[in-house]
Formats: sequence, C-alpha cells, structure tokens
Amino acid sequence: MSVTVTHPVTDAAPTRRRPRRSRSSPGRRPLTGLLFVAPTGVIVAGLFLVPLAILVYMSFTDWPLLASPTPDGVDNYRHLAHDDQFLGAIGFTLLYTVITTVVLFAVAFVLVAISNSRRRGTRFYRTAFFLPYVVGTAAASTMWWVDSSDSLGVFNRILEAVGLIHKPVGFLETPGKALFTVITLVVWKFIGFQVLVLLVGVQSIPTELYEAARVDGASTLQRLRYITVPGLKPTLALLTVLSVTGSLLAFDQFFVLTHGGPDNSTVTVVLALYNKAFQSFRLGDAAAEAVVLLVALILLNVIQLRLLRHRENP
Amino acid sequence: MTATITPTAEAPPVRPRRRRGAGETAARAARGGLFHITSSVLAVAFLFPLVWALLNSFKSKDEANQQPPTWFPHSLSIANYRSLAGFDQGIGTYLLNSILLSALTVLLSVVVCVLGGYGFARFTFRGKTLLFGTTLGILMVPYATILLPLYIVLGHLGLQNSLIGLALVLVMFQLPFGIYLMRNSFDAVPRELEEAALVDGASTVGALRHVSLRIVMPGVVTVALFSFLTSWNEYLAPLIFLNDGSKYTLPVMLVNIRYASYNIIDFGALQAGVVVAMLPCLVVYLALQRFYVNGLVAGALRG
Repeated sequence: MSVTVTHPVTDAAPTRRRPRRSRSSPGRRPLTGLLFVAPTGVIVAGLFLVPLAILVYMSFTDWPLLASPTPDGVDNYRHLAHDDQFLGAIGFTLLYTVITTVVLFAVAFVLVAISNSRRRGTRFYRTAFFLPYVVGTAAASTMWWVDSSDSLGVFNRILEAVGLIHKPVGFLETPGKALFTVITLVVWKFIGFQVLVLLVGVQSIPTELYEAARVDGASTLQRLRYITVPGLKPTLALLTVLSVTGSLLAFDQFFVLTHGGPDNSTVTVVLALYNKAFQSFRLGDAAAEAVVLLVALILLNVIQLRLLRHRENP
Repeated sequence: MTATITPTAEAPPVRPRRRRGAGETAARAARGGLFHITSSVLAVAFLFPLVWALLNSFKSKDEANQQPPTWFPHSLSIANYRSLAGFDQGIGTYLLNSILLSALTVLLSVVVCVLGGYGFARFTFRGKTLLFGTTLGILMVPYATILLPLYIVLGHLGLQNSLIGLALVLVMFQLPFGIYLMRNSFDAVPRELEEAALVDGASTVGALRHVSLRIVMPGVVTVALFSFLTSWNEYLAPLIFLNDGSKYTLPVMLVNIRYASYNIIDFGALQAGVVVAMLPCLVVYLALQRFYVNGLVAGALRG
C-alpha cells in the first residue's frame, strides 16, 4: 500500500522540522488523543448517558408533558402491571417477533440459494432482492397501504387476474389479515439485508472443506448439514439478535399501515409507548414502559452474547 | 457487490472432466431453466411494488384514483407531482428539509467518526476503553426508548423543533457503527506512513489529512452512505422532535398526506410522494453498492 501513497509533504524542508513532534510517536501524547475523541465523548455523554439517566428518573415520577414532574415512587411500574393496552402490546409484539423471525429465515434461505449461484444473472437477482431495503420504512409502508387497498390496490387486482379470488379482500380489515399484511411488508422490505449477511457468511466458509467432503463422497445434504450450517452459526446468531431486536421495537410499519387497528389489535410495545407519551402525555408511565423494554432487550443481548462466546470457545 | 461477493463456496477449482451424454445435458439445461424461472418470478415480485409506484405516480389524477386500477398509464401526466407542490407547505419545503437534515447528519457523522476512529486507533489515554465500550453500548439500547428523554434534553439545549438537534440525535445513533468502522480502518493503516510525514514536519492533523485519510476513504464513504440512508428515511425521530409543519421531512409529509383527508385520499399524490422519498435512496445505493457491502463486511460482521 505504501507504494501508492505519494509523499504529501515533500516541500517541508528539514530546516522547518519540528523536533518536538517528530521525536514522539503519536500514541505517546494522551492529550492529543483526548482531543480527537472529544466530539464522540461529548455526544455520547450528552445525548446518550444523560438521557439514559433522565429516562430512569422519569420512570419514578408523575410527569405530564407540559407541567413539572413530581416523584411518585414505583407507581408507574405498578400501573404497568394493570395496563391492559401495554400487556396486550407485549403479547402481540412477541407473537409478531416469533412469526417475523421464522418467516424471514425461511424465505431468506431460498433467496440465499439463488444469490449464491454461479449462474449468469445472479447479480441482478441479488440487487432486486436488496433494493427494497434501502427504501425508508415510512415510504414502504405508505406504498403497501396503497397497494393493499380493497378498491384501488394492486394486490387485489393481481389476485383477481390470476383467478385466486373473485371479490376484493380487505387486507387490513381483521386483526389476522392486518398482521399478515404487515408481515408481507416486513419480509419484502427487510429480507435483502438478511440475505446479504447470510451470503457473506456462506462465502466465508473455506472452499477446501467442501472439496474434502466431496472427495470423501458426502452428499449435498450432508455438506449442508455438516459444513454450511455449523459454519454459519455465528451469522445465524447475529441475524437472530438483529431480527428479534428489530421486531420487538417495531413501530413505523404499524403506525403507518395499521395505526394499531383494527380495534387496537396491532398495537406494538413501542406504539403503546408512543401513544402514552404523545397522545396521553403521561411521560412517567411511558418512561416506565421504556425502562422495562430496555432491561428486557439488554438481558436478551447479554444472553445472546454469552451463547455466541460459548460457541466460539467450547 | 461483485467486489467482495463472488460465488465460490460451491465452486471446485478442478472438476474432473467427463463426457456428458445427451440426457445429462438436457437435465442440466432443465435445471438452469427452472433456476431462472424461479429467480425471475421472485425478482419481479421484489421490484414490482417499486415500479408500480413509479408508474402510478405518472398517471392522470382520474386514472390514479380509478377502480380497479389500470395496469399501465393511458397517458403520462405530472398532475400528481403538481398536487404535491400544493400540499401544506409544498413538497419543495419538505424536500429541502430532508436534504438539509441528511447533509448535516452525513457531515457531522463523518467528522466525528473520522476524528474519533483516529483517536481510538492511534492514541492511548485514560478512559479509552470505557469511552469506546460506552459508544458501542449505544447499540444495546433500543432507539425508541431513549427518544423520550432526548426530547427533554434537546428542549434544555434549545434544540427542540430544530433540524440541527435532530441531526445530532441521528449522529449519536450512527456512532457505534461509524466509530467501530473508522477505528478498524485506521488500525489497518501502517503507522510508519504517518510517522514519515511527521518527521517531514507535518502536524498531527496534517498527517491524518494527507496520509491516512486517503487510505481510509472507502470507510468514510461507507459511514456517509449509512448516515444518508438513515437520516433520509428516519420517521419516528422527526415525528417526535419536530412540531412545526415547516420543518417536516419527506417521510413525515408522506404519512401526513395519508392521514390528511381521511375519506378522500389522493392515491396519485401519495404515490408521487413515495417516489420522491425513495428515488434518492435507490440511486445512491446503486451508485455506491460496493461501499455498502464492504462496510457491512468490515464493520458489522467482523464485530
């Protein structure tokens, strides 16, 4: 690499050399180092640690958005235990998370098989699968909402054209259909990322392993079972964490596509939290919900990291 | 994408040549045909909603709101884009806000991550591990939960309802990935290169700017690309932090169109809005694809 880098400061004659600087290597000057990371430190402290502390404090107060807060002990947490919308939201979010994660993996494996092919045109297929991922969730949800309309939507039009249905389906009418429609959106929108990460994982498995297995007469299925799957374990674990975390925090797609309906049947935890804070203006209760969510996710991440580490050094 | 992903996993370098019979050749062709048929159907399914929104956005007002929808526009019209211009503050305002927000976020993320990544890679100082760990810890904390207190912090800083405040929040969420990626990038640059520049009289910043920064440029582009996509598409944070209609960004505008007139929604305008919101992302991604994939491999997956 050094060959390609042209010397940028050749005009600096030795007479202008600054001995103080040249004598010490950059690593030896802690103050300069601190200056470089200062912006990071300021942002992390001011916009991450301070808000985190405020969040915990908020959760122990009665805090109407526009008035001043008053401490109320663990009342907010007590409210949560009897809050039907919050409890319902937890149940619904868990259901959504499980279905989404399973469906995403199932579909992703088909798309990875295609994307990993050596055939011509594979590059085009890969790009097609990935493109929806760069479209924003709000735009994608709006698109899906238009397309799933019973009168003007193209989904009904297609199903009618191929003869699967005879009269339009209300894709957002019942809780079940609404959940189904959101999941189709999520698969379409997010699977490209999953495919890309899996592809990187598959291709990082050494080719020699497959060679050796072939020489030993292993079948395709055996190679999949004994080489591909074990080799992909860290990738699969990472994707599970990302998919579970992402689903537990789902907001945009529900806010735009179903708005929690019909009859509040598709209210996720973050949507409930948003409603509590910015519709009911009860920041204390919302903060308590956020703390519960935060603790749950940190626990989940810690467990997952432990499992990952365990797998790496058995 | 081709830069890093080459389909090699199943490719044997040497495969014993065999004479293939006619039956075998036919079976291979059939498998190839089946592969392409399945893949094409799936690819069309993935691209269709994007193309559909584009086509519909150019239909005339009547045609865009016709039931059932027509497959292809009978005539091309920009009426839907015209009505976007007349929606509330006008699409120009929202577009400008989105551009401003993205530019601010990209610029700040790049500066903070380059400086921070360099600091973490090249220097030792007290609290280094702690700060680095805390920065990565941002990933552990769900984004949505911290928006609530951030709303209050920004209020105290006088940055509520401001694109600058919003950009700072988005930068904060870019830090774990960006700092990690830039630190790794600088780690890969040999120190000797910079030391040579220092001996020749360059300042620390000069050495960083003229020597290392050129080498880590791909990492910088990746950080910029990720920041752009995030800030351009972000919906929840602008929804919470901005309460003045003239500051709204495109995603907020889109959802507002959808809820603006509950019974007489203009489907044509809605789809034109979708196109305006998604087109920059598609173009930028297609142009910078390889940085996206390389960045993902270097940053997200090595960790």
